[in-house]
Amino acid sequence: MADHLGACMARWGINRMDFLVPPGLYAIGAPTPEAPVLVTANYQMTYDLVRRALAGRNVWLLVLETFGINVWCAAGKGTFGTTELVRRVAESGLAKVVQHRRLTLPILGAPGVAAHEVQKATDFSITYATIRAEDIPEYLDNGERTTPAMRELSFTLYERLVLVPVEIVLVLKTLLVLGGGLYLVALLAGGSGAALTTVLGYLGAVFTGIAVAPVLLPFIPGRSFAVKGALAGIAFSAVFFALAGGALWSWPVQAASFLAFPAVSSFYTLNFTGCTTFTSRSGVKKEMRLGLPVLGGALLVSLLLVLAGALVY
Amino acid sequence: MKGFRYLSNVATLELDQKRCVGCGRCLEVCPHQVFALEAKLARIVDRDACMECGACAGNCPVRAITVDSGVGCATGLINEWLREKKIPGVGGGGCG
Repeated sequence: MADHLGACMARWGINRMDFLVPPGLYAIGAPTPEAPVLVTANYQMTYDLVRRALAGRNVWLLVLETFGINVWCAAGKGTFGTTELVRRVAESGLAKVVQHRRLTLPILGAPGVAAHEVQKATDFSITYATIRAEDIPEYLDNGERTTPAMRELSFTLYERLVLVPVEIVLVLKTLLVLGGGLYLVALLAGGSGAALTTVLGYLGAVFTGIAVAPVLLPFIPGRSFAVKGALAGIAFSAVFFALAGGALWSWPVQAASFLAFPAVSSFYTLNFTGCTTFTSRSGVKKEMRLGLPVLGGALLVSLLLVLAGALVY
Repeated sequence: MKGFRYLSNVATLELDQKRCVGCGRCLEVCPHQVFALEAKLARIVDRDACMECGACAGNCPVRAITVDSGVGCATGLINEWLREKKIPGVGGGGCG
């Protein structure tokens, strides 16, 4: 339970750095010098998953210093990488502990590691075993052979859901600054009621882009994340219009809300590409080249609409 | 990946088959089954599934694969562009 609570807090970014497992060589069960050596990151949640998957077995676990970051992200940064692996093999005296010269790595660690260079430096050969820790037992029982399913990525509803808290925590500061600014401007321009409506709409649009669209990802049409976010944002604008009594707004404000909110949602859904494991950097670049001018234009037009509306009405 | 597909014709992945030694490492590290081994040579069979993680390029012992890999979120790319243009960023955010 304490573990679980800690994991939840770490997901929200609270005390994340307390969730470090000291790097080094660990014995799971009573491994012999012939037992396989599995390599993982020193993020507590990763370590716990691996340890749980290996319960009742006798294997070596080599934990790399990834500064509390999971394997995939650490591989992207290079901390789960060739240099650290080579250093950790040497520092742990692994060559004296085991008789074989094989290391078993998670597939998602591969972007940070050059297997041939590790072998050159340490004499240990690398096998990339599975994507998920849960598949390790089957892999070991399978004569250390990877089945196609163990190599196949997934992005389930749950996997998308657990990413949302981190994303929200990352934008809290921006929300506070922009939301506060927006509130003040709207307060001066249209009074406290208008200010509250504006800020609520803004927060709703952010939430739609950051949480609703990612969770509903496969059900929203299109391949472009910017488009998916914009569609979700339009849906949000319609709901907000109905709930906040949009029929009473002046038409420039109505139009502005249907331009600005989808633009905000669109940006945050586009940003979610950083959390997925199927979007490419070149694709995101393309979306940004095409999308950012449109989003910026939408925000500018809605600002002009509101200003012009305020002068006329 | 089942049920998920990103934009077509954008991935920068290239394989120089002339250098390939057919070790199959790219098939082993690719989580999207982009490669296949045919007649003891690797071949790109599904470039559009590539997420440009760089695992294949980094693990290819003969450097037969190139791909523009790196940060793939909007915030990260904006910060990168700002750094390239030497404009001080608004800082924070993203996966760092």
